[in-house]
Amino acid sequence: MPGLLRIIIQRLLLGLVTLFVVSIIIFTAVNLLPGDFAQAILGQGATDEAVAAIREELGLNKHPVLRYLEWLGGAVQGDLGTSMSQALFSSFTGSETGSGLGSVAEQIAPRFRNTMFLASVTAAIAVPISIILGILTALYRNSAFDRSMNIFTLSSISSPEFFLAYVLILFLAVMNPIFPSLSNIYEGMPFGDRLEKTMLPALTLTLAVTAQMMRMTRAAIINLLASPYIEMARLKGLSPMRVIIKHALPNALAPIINVVALNLAYLITGVVVVEVVFVYPGIGQLFVDSVKIRDIPVVQACCLIFAAAYILLNLLADILSIISNPRLRHPK
Amino acid sequence: MSQISRRGLLKTGVAAGVLAATGLPVRAQAKKGGRLRLGLAGANTSDSWDGRTHSDSFMIMCAHGCVFDCLTEVGADGQLKGELAESWEASADAKTWTFKLRQGVTFHNGKAFGADDVIESLNMHTAEGAKSAAKPIVSAISEMKKLGEHEVQMTLAAGNADFPFLLSDYHILMFPAGQVEEAIAKGIGTGLYSVESFDPGVRFVGKRVENHYKDGSAGWFDEIEAIAINDSSARMNALMTGQVDAVNRVDVKTEALLKANPAINIFEVTGNQHYTFPMLTNVDPFTNVNVRRALKHAVNRQELVDKILLGHGKVGNDHPIGPANQYYYEDLEQNAYDLDKAKFYLKEAGMDSLNIDLSASNAAFSGAIDAAQLYQASAKGAGININVVQEPADGYWSNVWLKKPWCACYWSGRATEDWMFSTAYESGVPWNDTSWENARFQELLLTARAELDSGKRKDMYHEMQMLMSAEGGTVIPMYANYVDAHSTKLTNSGTIGNVFQMDSSRLMERWWFA
Repeated sequence: MPGLLRIIIQRLLLGLVTLFVVSIIIFTAVNLLPGDFAQAILGQGATDEAVAAIREELGLNKHPVLRYLEWLGGAVQGDLGTSMSQALFSSFTGSETGSGLGSVAEQIAPRFRNTMFLASVTAAIAVPISIILGILTALYRNSAFDRSMNIFTLSSISSPEFFLAYVLILFLAVMNPIFPSLSNIYEGMPFGDRLEKTMLPALTLTLAVTAQMMRMTRAAIINLLASPYIEMARLKGLSPMRVIIKHALPNALAPIINVVALNLAYLITGVVVVEVVFVYPGIGQLFVDSVKIRDIPVVQACCLIFAAAYILLNLLADILSIISNPRLRHPK
Repeated sequence: MSQISRRGLLKTGVAAGVLAATGLPVRAQAKKGGRLRLGLAGANTSDSWDGRTHSDSFMIMCAHGCVFDCLTEVGADGQLKGELAESWEASADAKTWTFKLRQGVTFHNGKAFGADDVIESLNMHTAEGAKSAAKPIVSAISEMKKLGEHEVQMTLAAGNADFPFLLSDYHILMFPAGQVEEAIAKGIGTGLYSVESFDPGVRFVGKRVENHYKDGSAGWFDEIEAIAINDSSARMNALMTGQVDAVNRVDVKTEALLKANPAINIFEVTGNQHYTFPMLTNVDPFTNVNVRRALKHAVNRQELVDKILLGHGKVGNDHPIGPANQYYYEDLEQNAYDLDKAKFYLKEAGMDSLNIDLSASNAAFSGAIDAAQLYQASAKGAGININVVQEPADGYWSNVWLKKPWCACYWSGRATEDWMFSTAYESGVPWNDTSWENARFQELLLTARAELDSGKRKDMYHEMQMLMSAEGGTVIPMYANYVDAHSTKLTNSGTIGNVFQMDSSRLMERWWFA
């Protein structure tokens, strides 16, 4: 499939351009934040001299364009820079070696793994549930089941996530202590414990993403059900379930894959609130903490990762929908 | 115990060793064992074991109150006792201090503790480029001499009767000499618990060391787990659902829900933490003492305590010395909410009405904007029109505090009178947020510092509090309590320290499972 390969390469290059534009936007936006690391870390003790000393040390007094180019140069080579909080830490010890925690990559890596774990658990729950519910609601459309599912998922997607989180905590942690309300997972925790601790945030995220995937599945299938070939299948005497699974679903895959990919990207980029509520040590919480202390290299790296996740998953969705659709695979 | 005067303790810390050896009778019931889990606010990804950088509750508790030790310790009862120092003696002018160090103490890596460690640990604060909050304390030492393996003599540039008190500061931790860098990276101290794992801004796990010099008087838990929970709802939830045994900084808005749970106890103490409205006394109209007096009588302090602190506090009297201080002037006449008086002083200043800006942000303290608005409402009747300017929380301490003529601010207070005054009210210090210059005040400050006689110091500190209350440039409407909560599974000696939150941040050492 040379055509497909060309498309992939084309899209990857476009993705890089997008990422570059995003990096400019991120850098500008982050630099528009009032206050800087020096002021944030010193708090009440921010005298002019102390602020100037820290700025000097971290190169914050250089021109923004110069700083951007330096950062970009590093990022291209895979060096996301030195976390300011940790850099300052080693400067306190009077040497560069002491901490062993210096680089942004080292600080982000374990957090990113945690976030990916949460995203995987959520995806493993949410994707099957929403597709199955989508198929069922398409099958029994306009029934009481369909209506109640729609009302339930729509109201859960309409509520802010922290509210869903607290409702789940109230019912599943406070009133019926089934799951812990604190998701403080750590390196080396047994998988079972880790899964149990991750359950509530995963369920919250499931509630937040199910509606869209389910309704898209439902709509795509219902759309196809009016097609003549479906009518043919039905006239052949196939059961409604078989009609949907065998005949409608393969043709509805493209939009479903698209919406699943979008929601998966959301699981990585949109977890900030959920991680804070459940004290889950993922990238979202690191992001919030870093914004709070203006640890710019970490903030920028997080933003880049979020952007890259979005771009890559969208790319994946496009490729998969091309593969699933012969008409796109062989364009005339 | 009450027979031992503060002065006795100050001059000769020998008694401290005796106290530690006998222990309080109630301690006999203390039980060993268990894993203490704490949910703590005040954690950051920039946290490290470097005591010089500590400013928030998570690291103060884990380092000062758990992994590391200082030379001296303020007991739960407010009395100073030896920690790594066994006893100390001062020369008559309070300039030369000789500390006898505890023998047989080892760091968690096996290194023996001695005089070199003390000298190097103190020098850390004055090292080139070091950004230590305790620098003013340590830089007052002009010379340190090692008299023996376990004896150090420190000579101060000027006499300071509170010097041993200052060494209990949570920044001044004892590190192993020659291994400071490693100790900061790994957390190697002499404390009751050694570091099992530490993830900055996330979690700390400590394990009880065997054979510690505090055996029998502190350190009852086998293990400690401190979880960083900066979000206050999440913290309260963790306690409610029994996933942690104690939390700090109770959200007073949800206090009723915690109280309704029979398995949870709320404990609060009034310490020195206070909220202030400092005026720059070198900027008009605050140059006029009568304007300042008018403003002091135009604020309804009780209302602020009731509405901003929801009752968890105490009315302040425009001086920064609090109930946790030794020479707190409790009977000083209270500056009361009295619009007639406010009007009178305004007239004395030659004004009928006054229009002024008050800069506030919740960065100053939680509820500062509301407090400013209440102030605005209460002052209106005296012809004082306060215009509340809402400032952005970001950069508040660099752009507003010390810059705007009148703003909102907070102070966590200091363990000693001299320390508090010399941090923010001494002539010419960088944090003098009222530009307060008063010859008599300055004279008293310097005399009291070198005075070892407790009675005389008391008189001087009382006069200073009176001066500030009557003429000073800051309105201090309230002291804010430290409000923390614990599960009823935990218990303590019955005396809770009020220097800082969580039993003066030593809950991990002092409490046990009932």
